[in-house]
Amino acid sequence: MSNEAVLHPHSVAATHEGHGVHHEHHHHETFISKYVFSQDHKMIAKQFLITGMVWAVLGGLMSVLFRLQLGYPDSSFPWLEDILGKWAKGGHITPEAYYALVTTHGTVLVFFVLTAGLSGTFANFLIPLQIGARDMASPFLNMLSYWFFFAASIVMLSSIFVETGPFSGGWTAYPPLSALGDASPGSKTGMDLWIVSMALFVVSSLLGGLNYIATILNMRTKGMSMTRLPLTIWALFFTAVLGVLSFPVLLSGFILLIFDRNFGTSFYLSDIYINGVGALPNEGGSAILFQHLFWFLGHPEVYIILLPAMGMVSEILSVNSRKPIFGYMAMIGSLFAIAILAFLVWAHHMFVTGLNPLLGSVFVLLTLLIAVPSAIKVFNWLTTLWRGNIRFTSGMLFAIGFVSLFISGGLTGIWLGNSALDIHLHDTYFVVAHFHIVMGVASMFGMFAGIYHWFPKMYGRYLNNTLGYIHFWVTIAGAYMIFWPMHYEGLAGMPRRYYDYSIWESFKQFVELNRFISLVSMIVFAVQLLFLFNFFYSIFKGRKVTSLNPWSANTLEWTTPLRPGHGNWPGEIPEVHRWPYDYGKDGQDFISQTTPVGEEESHH
Amino acid sequence: MTTTVPAKTPQQIHPHKFTLWVAMGSILMMFAALTSAYIVKKNQSSWLEFDLPQIFNYSTVVMLLSSVTIYLSVRAFKAGKMGNYRTLVTVTALLGISFIVMQWIGFKDLEAQDIALTGSKSNSAASFLLVITGIHMVHVLGGVIALLIIFIRAYAVKIRNYSSLPIELAGAYWHFVDVLWIYLFIFYNWIG
Repeated sequence: MSNEAVLHPHSVAATHEGHGVHHEHHHHETFISKYVFSQDHKMIAKQFLITGMVWAVLGGLMSVLFRLQLGYPDSSFPWLEDILGKWAKGGHITPEAYYALVTTHGTVLVFFVLTAGLSGTFANFLIPLQIGARDMASPFLNMLSYWFFFAASIVMLSSIFVETGPFSGGWTAYPPLSALGDASPGSKTGMDLWIVSMALFVVSSLLGGLNYIATILNMRTKGMSMTRLPLTIWALFFTAVLGVLSFPVLLSGFILLIFDRNFGTSFYLSDIYINGVGALPNEGGSAILFQHLFWFLGHPEVYIILLPAMGMVSEILSVNSRKPIFGYMAMIGSLFAIAILAFLVWAHHMFVTGLNPLLGSVFVLLTLLIAVPSAIKVFNWLTTLWRGNIRFTSGMLFAIGFVSLFISGGLTGIWLGNSALDIHLHDTYFVVAHFHIVMGVASMFGMFAGIYHWFPKMYGRYLNNTLGYIHFWVTIAGAYMIFWPMHYEGLAGMPRRYYDYSIWESFKQFVELNRFISLVSMIVFAVQLLFLFNFFYSIFKGRKVTSLNPWSANTLEWTTPLRPGHGNWPGEIPEVHRWPYDYGKDGQDFISQTTPVGEEESHH
Repeated sequence: MTTTVPAKTPQQIHPHKFTLWVAMGSILMMFAALTSAYIVKKNQSSWLEFDLPQIFNYSTVVMLLSSVTIYLSVRAFKAGKMGNYRTLVTVTALLGISFIVMQWIGFKDLEAQDIALTGSKSNSAASFLLVITGIHMVHVLGGVIALLIIFIRAYAVKIRNYSSLPIELAGAYWHFVDVLWIYLFIFYNWIG
């Protein structure tokens, strides 16, 4: 009933004699209702994906631009002045522009690409399809969620074009740089737009998250018990819970920040002197308070980014190894443990803020505990691969790449989680290397894996495999070549966020290495454009999918028609009789979740 | 056509109602963040101690009263007493608006006592009161708007056999902002 109630609220409300059978209603779909203000979760997923891609290109391009400065601090590029104008006077990126690029790159990649682009896309696309629902609990709120994200995007984009430039105080927006317009050019209009954009983004995330939770818990088809859910859904569920509980805290922090910026309050400000302005009257505020509020979101945010990738990778590894996922319940348990611990470790970002060392050691302990569920997951992925009948599809390669990156990046997390080591490593390139590998690139790989794997369901065509292989190998090799050397730079004490390292005696030795990193980052960026070409070309001209279930997978999305309409299944929603990982059972390659359990069948 | 209601599948809760409950949890996190920030700040230097404005006591009573009226209006709706229902919803919305106005008067009282809520002379103790109470006021305003929409819909008789879901949702939300204010009131007076 609830599925019908959601798709046709009025018909159900008006007639109490519902038959409980779904009739194929012919919606009169116009271009606007189908492609723009669509309430179909599949179309909303594509909107999130393509908006995310636009941001990934912009954010990636920003990193290429600031890598240009880091790799070639002494050269000038007249063409830069042609595109960036006063931000690249004489072909040099100015310090203001450099900081603005770094800040916007961080904000955009963390929030717009890896939160909205990743969980926005796949939560929308996969939740109803894999749990057997016609749509989300509230398709309308779901549509609003996208359009709030779109509005946030427009505001953020516009901040790039204001005269004083976009915000430049780092993606964490610590006060006082974020609270005082006089503190830097980027703190003026750019920061106003940044905070408006982020507030809109929080609303978008909350609307989405509420829907995902309500849908997963209430709209599952008959027989789909929680322990028959694919791990993608479990991961997206915990992601949504994390978002719903932590984004409001960030919003609280932002509201206090807005009052400090615009209404002269002193939540975060105290005893400040600005050159050229003089001493400020603000008294008694604490900048550290913002850090607490920020990182209470900020750390769960890391898992908001990572968990969807973990879930998709679990699914893709199992399907393409033709083996059940190893330790299904352990996978759920470890996701749960990560979700709980995510809320208890935020102060490990603040070891050097004067945090009480005793409190610090509690956070060290809790942080290191995350290694346990992480190791369980890695073990289970490797044992799923172990002696599998592996099909190296592009999606599978990216999933394996994810596991590789998660291991390499996770291990350095154990270093950084120790407050004693963190005193040396804090704010160095070691941190940059760590979080880019474990959170940034790894989640991008999860996203790519998901796109390659579910593209046939999204568009009824395949992505080109050869281009996929090129994309994978260049990206994985490039990612390691970019971020691995940064560990050495960080261990040598090279701080992050500096504009020019060549003038420092201690860091002069890294000039060549920085140039190498910059060069590789340009190549990797170019290969992402190749992927985009593959993506858009394949939507229209890709090889057509002819079988309903091209990967021979068990989950419900492959029981829908090739191009499912709004409502997903033309007739009744199929009933589920088993878990989604019956691969290679009793000599059968795969057994769909909709197949009833046979008399002779062995128990799993 | 039969007029009997079909046998109910074991459907515990309408997804929209469930969504609302999760949203309440989310809103609660926001206030948990603000009130814990309040506690942190209070234990640092230069914290101004002052009494809550008198009128907050009366606004608390108004809030409690409005919870009773919304409860009765949901009951009236379910019993089909549309006249009662309309009166009670109107009264609830009016009580909500007067609550907001009374909070506003409370802020003015503080300013009259030379306790600045914003601006360069403000102390974060007073600013916190403004921000936390203000965000709560916005949430009450949201409830009033929801009631107005339902109320207008009640007169648009296009749909004859409408469900009690919207008013139930509004009622649950209204009780929530009520409890939230009780929490804040206790927090300001005895905890924070």
